[in-house]
Amino acid sequence: MTRKQKRLSVIVGGLAFLGAATGLTFYALGQKASYFYMPGDLATASLQPGQRIRLGGLVEKGTIQRGQGTTVAFAVTDTQKSVKVTYTGILPDLFREEQGVITEGSFGTDGTFVADSVLAKHDENYMPKEVADSMKAKGIWQESTNE
Amino acid sequence: MVEIGHFALVLALALALVQTTVPLIGARIHNERMMAVGGPVALTGFALTALSFAVLMIAYARSDFSVQTVWENSHSLQPFLFKITGVWGNHEGSMLLWVLILTFFGGLVALFGSNLPPTLKANVLAVQGAIGTAFFLFILITSNPFTRISPAPIEGRDLNPVLQDIGLAVHPPLLYLGYVGFSICFAFSVAALIEGRIDAAWARWVRPWTLVAWVFLTGGIAMGSYWAYYELGWGGFWFWDPVENASFMPWLAGTALLHSAIVMEKRSALKIWTLLLAILTFSLSLLGTFLVRSGVLTSVHAFATDPERGVFILGILLLFIGGSLSLFALRASSLTQGGLFQPISREGALVLNNLFLTTATATVFIGTLYPLFIEAVSGDKISVGAPFFDLTFVPLMIPLLLIVPFGPLLAWKRGDIWAVSQRLMFAFGAALLVALVTGFLIDGSSALAAFGAGLAAWLVFGALTDLAMKAGIGNVPPAAMMRRLAGLPRSVFGTALAHLGLGLTVLGLVGTLCFGTEHILTMKPGQTVEASGKLVRFDGLAEYKGPNFDEERAHFSLLNSANAVIGEIYSAKRLYPVRQTTTTEAGIKTMGFSQLYISIGDYGDDGSLVVRVWWKPFVTLIWGGGLVMMAGGAMSLMDRRLRVGAPSRRRKPVGATPATDAA
Repeated sequence: MTRKQKRLSVIVGGLAFLGAATGLTFYALGQKASYFYMPGDLATASLQPGQRIRLGGLVEKGTIQRGQGTTVAFAVTDTQKSVKVTYTGILPDLFREEQGVITEGSFGTDGTFVADSVLAKHDENYMPKEVADSMKAKGIWQESTNE
Repeated sequence: MVEIGHFALVLALALALVQTTVPLIGARIHNERMMAVGGPVALTGFALTALSFAVLMIAYARSDFSVQTVWENSHSLQPFLFKITGVWGNHEGSMLLWVLILTFFGGLVALFGSNLPPTLKANVLAVQGAIGTAFFLFILITSNPFTRISPAPIEGRDLNPVLQDIGLAVHPPLLYLGYVGFSICFAFSVAALIEGRIDAAWARWVRPWTLVAWVFLTGGIAMGSYWAYYELGWGGFWFWDPVENASFMPWLAGTALLHSAIVMEKRSALKIWTLLLAILTFSLSLLGTFLVRSGVLTSVHAFATDPERGVFILGILLLFIGGSLSLFALRASSLTQGGLFQPISREGALVLNNLFLTTATATVFIGTLYPLFIEAVSGDKISVGAPFFDLTFVPLMIPLLLIVPFGPLLAWKRGDIWAVSQRLMFAFGAALLVALVTGFLIDGSSALAAFGAGLAAWLVFGALTDLAMKAGIGNVPPAAMMRRLAGLPRSVFGTALAHLGLGLTVLGLVGTLCFGTEHILTMKPGQTVEASGKLVRFDGLAEYKGPNFDEERAHFSLLNSANAVIGEIYSAKRLYPVRQTTTTEAGIKTMGFSQLYISIGDYGDDGSLVVRVWWKPFVTLIWGGGLVMMAGGAMSLMDRRLRVGAPSRRRKPVGATPATDAA
């Protein structure tokens, strides 16, 4: 190979590598990024069965059932609609009734949301970001002013 | 009293302005006295920032609640250590730590830079001064840690309980030493662009500074990961959280920089690429600072409604990244190109390393910023987590890890891939054996586990092969081999150690992810659970009162097969009354390199306790490998040729032995 061909092959190889990496990245973004919904958004969302999403809202009052063993059931609400969620495992320290929560998982065949992770707000000062933003957008929740 | 600190900070800003302008103009018009201003000003600036920091620390130590940040982040009953670490456990204080470290590095250049060409030194200090000016302004205008409140409250609001841990004492300072350490490489690159030439001194100086920053950043990330692992109680050590990615991106780019700087130093090739990489690495550090400090991650919404800090730091980001890249675009073509080389050579392997590492950096970059971008553009909220990175980052890392052992064995200029493969036969055989044993004897269900274990062994034995070959194994008698080994440059040991550490980390990851077990169950006192052959008995609950918290401890016993107690573990729920916050304290028992990890949850209706028990084989190697990598970096730094601030030759007494270069 001449010097020019050699250089060309290095450049082509590098570009092919970058192209493959870029393709993989966008494929992964399309497949693996999970969207955030509030219970009220679900009617308009076209979800595939088993598609992973994040469902957020408030833990509805009086719905927490610590049932058999380590499975917990509760309802997530945006004060208008609510969705039943089941979760097996240890709930976060700040999981409480009427507090913001984000659950991640997918819908089961019976319409129950099966969560494999549950996140509560980080501390007393703020809600999970997505929940706070969505509720503010809907005018349901006001930022606390007792700071 | 605290006004002294405030005043010192304003003076430091004024000095930073002098440090930015005077040496820069001096270098332009070749005025030696103006250039010489940089050094003393940088040292005084560091002294003033240190004074300012010390004053804030004293305010925390004395629980002076008339200072707003002390009131917000401290409490008189807090243990003394957490009063001190609370200084940087909040936005204002951590920014002050940031500039303290920045001026510290500036001071180091001033102190040890006597063998630098004066114009280069002047320009480097000027760029450092410019970064300092921007961040001093940021602190004084938007995040003043010395703001007073009147009347002074009697009691403080306590430090965030999650931060009340020894981890806060170690993690942020290490991380910032790494982040900010790359500012030196950045300053050197911009100075070279201003001068329009890359001279030999530049090449010699960039590598040790990169090594220093890299060693600290490695430690900071490893420490942060271990801290999250034991403090958050989820048993996870890496969450691909944007805050973690913010520190991981400079690390990946910095690792690439470390390797390309070797090519530049040895072969004076890849000069322009190294310069660009140095700019990008610090830009990613700045980006990390922006992501963590602007509030953009907590809420895009909050960022839009309270934009002062965010916009200011975004401005700094654009100014320095945009400015340096524009300068690069203007000047890079005038810099002298380095030499060419064959693709199969040490240089070629290092280029391949750079290709993989920078692409991996880009995937982390996209995964971190894409959700912010989508939310800003369409309002959709998406999250990009482990599944994305498993599909993009991991496939990029595997081929990189496969070629790591080849690199150090290849010759410069023109390597012989077959000869190197022959030398690696032993390492390959050992790795294959490990993979087969893992696959057939331990767990045949997962081909990935077997491959992962083999990969880890390949890295470890590959690193050892490198040392053995350089010591002349098989060619010389053992005694001569030992002599040769002792005579090898420290940087050879550094490389081998760092690659060995990488292998250990991979081993820890494979052990934990592929062979770890998890049990979630409800337990009543007296009940036992078996986790991977370890018998754990729940003994009961007990109350404990800490200095500023109340704790409910669940005691567990570790039993042997004869039901005799061989160890005790407790996991706890802690309530911090001031903030009304509960934290989970995980119970961890280390056995060899493996750990038994227990965290507790709520009570069931019948009074039983929800318990989560993990068995994590080899988990400590994940961070232990990081420590070995740090040791490798430190070893490399001790190499005589690289010693930071080694006195220039003319000041050495005659007869000093010149450094040997056997590599």
